Amino acid sequence: MKTLKELEEIRKRTLETINVRKDRTGTRVVVGMATCGIAAGARPVLMSIMDEVKKNNLADVVVAQTGCIGMCRLEPIVEVYKPGEDKVTYVKVTDAKALRIINEHVMQGKIVEEYTIGAGDK
Amino acid sequence: MEMYRSHVMVCRGTGCTSSNSEQIVKNFEELLKQHGLENEVVVERTGCFGLCALGPIVIIYPEASFYSLVKPEDVEEIVNEHLIKGRVVKRLLYAETIENDTIKSIDDVDFYKKQVRIALRNCGVINPENIDEYIAFDGYKALEKVLTGMKPTEVIDTIKKSGLRGRGGGGFPTGTKWEFAAKSQADQKYVLCNADEGDPGAFMDRSVLEGDPHAVIEAMTIAAYAIGSSQGYVYVRAEYPIAVKRLAIAISQAREYGLLGQNIMGTDFNFDLEIRLGAGAFVCGEETALIASIEGERGMPRPRPPFPAVKGLFGKPTILNNVETYANIPQIINNGAEWFAAMGTEKSKGTKVFALGGKINNTGLVEVPMGTTMREVIFEIGGGIPNGKKFKAAQTGGPSGGCIPMEHIDVPIDYDNLIALGSMMGSGGLIVMDEDNCMVDIARFFLDFTVDESCGKCTPCREGTKRMLDILEKIVEGKGQEGDIEKLETLANTIKNSALCGLGQTAPNPVLSTLKYFRDEYEAHIYDKKCPAGVCQGLAKYTIIEDKCKGCGICAKQCPVTAISGKPKTPYIIEHEKCAKCGVCLEKCPFGAIIKA
Repeated sequence: MKTLKELEEIRKRTLETINVRKDRTGTRVVVGMATCGIAAGARPVLMSIMDEVKKNNLADVVVAQTGCIGMCRLEPIVEVYKPGEDKVTYVKVTDAKALRIINEHVMQGKIVEEYTIGAGDK
Repeated sequence: MEMYRSHVMVCRGTGCTSSNSEQIVKNFEELLKQHGLENEVVVERTGCFGLCALGPIVIIYPEASFYSLVKPEDVEEIVNEHLIKGRVVKRLLYAETIENDTIKSIDDVDFYKKQVRIALRNCGVINPENIDEYIAFDGYKALEKVLTGMKPTEVIDTIKKSGLRGRGGGGFPTGTKWEFAAKSQADQKYVLCNADEGDPGAFMDRSVLEGDPHAVIEAMTIAAYAIGSSQGYVYVRAEYPIAVKRLAIAISQAREYGLLGQNIMGTDFNFDLEIRLGAGAFVCGEETALIASIEGERGMPRPRPPFPAVKGLFGKPTILNNVETYANIPQIINNGAEWFAAMGTEKSKGTKVFALGGKINNTGLVEVPMGTTMREVIFEIGGGIPNGKKFKAAQTGGPSGGCIPMEHIDVPIDYDNLIALGSMMGSGGLIVMDEDNCMVDIARFFLDFTVDESCGKCTPCREGTKRMLDILEKIVEGKGQEGDIEKLETLANTIKNSALCGLGQTAPNPVLSTLKYFRDEYEAHIYDKKCPAGVCQGLAKYTIIEDKCKGCGICAKQCPVTAISGKPKTPYIIEHEKCAKCGVCLEKCPFGAIIKA
């Protein structure tokens, strides 16, 4: 027997994990996971992004992966798509950088300029 | 619950399951484990996506990549490319989702674009064997709203105002039905669900039970509260093993969560559900026959009144609604009567699920707002007729319905328009026929079905349909006589007016409607001894074209009744009196010199 409160908790908790099937309007964080990306360490980056999203209960954030976009020397590449905003491309991302991207850009809307393709490639 | 970056949804509806989707699930699970991805990617067995013609179907989120016709051996490529490297396997994508080499969202594809999924909203989206996923998408919220804040009369008013009508056939207003039962005084009342889906070609009720069983449970509980019942039964065909299994799982999960049983959600309201299996008699979809069957009697109808709302199961007030009708209820409670009534036509509100079958490209299940035209359903959503053939008619309402010809294809579909055209909504089977279908043969097929399924209780149905079938068989065999059409019409009208139940009263519809729109085909069979579509074997005539025949003699050697004769190197001849119309000669002729007319 579940109380109404427990049902609401189940609803919230489950929605966080399966909302990706219905609501495709939130923020998308895309990690380049082609051979070049994986070789450069994209997997740990992907894992730390997922952990951080989960830890902060970011139900409307989708973590996806994509193939090679042609700038293999800059991998691991992470792109953030926020609804109504331009795409932001981060390059040479590490676990630690990924955490900042999620905390500052995804959660607070502040782009981490120094990791973007414009700054990071210098 | 774990957080997964990717959700692999594999259709485990009946259609995809029979094309081996369970093996696909197993391959995914095994390969994901091998690659150590089992904590990142989840594989879910889900209900029907509707595009059954292209099954097995696999959808991968968050990209919502729509893979069709997936084979178990394709799984390795999907795992290696899509799930490990993030590269969508274009080769396996549903072709309609690729336009100019870019991938479109599945919501923008013709098949889904015009659909509004209410009854089917969770089908293909959730794992039907996991109550938490149903709850996540607002499941059991309507029940909570009803039990904690609405009086039974308010529930009934909401359903009445929504304009919801029965989705199983007749189209009786659901709220009014509930009101009758609510007003009947009794120590016990019953809530029944009719899942005895029997129309050939209709499978929406099965899909709802397979893909979203909790929606039906929630709706029945709401209905029980509205009329004051504590016991319900779902009468479902034993031929739907997956639906029965998922429903049983859902019922036990609901009991475990206290959503069925005593003191539901901590209130003093009690309600429980049981499953009753039907043995497959078509007549048991008729409400009084269904009730008799649940009581353990032989499944036969009885005259009404008294209506079940007054005197139903075990003599107590009873409501009986169809699966699809119930699937709408929680949505109406959650979103309000006005939301529902804003969709559809003046007298038919909401949406209707259609099972597309026959000569149509996208065989499957679609849900459209009432008032959508047949043309939109068949040509836009359904993808039109295969092989460039011409549309002839659409059959709706199964053995109780009729045909809609080309000239009425732009009529908005709703209950009343279909009846005005001599057909009916029925449960929503929609069988498309092209120029190669013989309408007399179609009428014969449906009548053959009703003769088989007649329970035999009343004479008009038992004897009358049999006599009609005799005449139709005579006609398709080429033995039709003058006066046959008139005899069919007299019999049809007599049966319509005098049969006991819906099965008999509507059994002549396929004949009457084909006579109305395709009388010329009947006449061609009877007077010209010709089947214009070339379907009726008895009327087929095989002829050798002299100019094309090289006189090889292959046809004569192959003919099982030695009806072909001739001299080598000169044109051969078929003796029509001897010909058994088997068609072997036509198949074997290397020069295409034999034609069937």
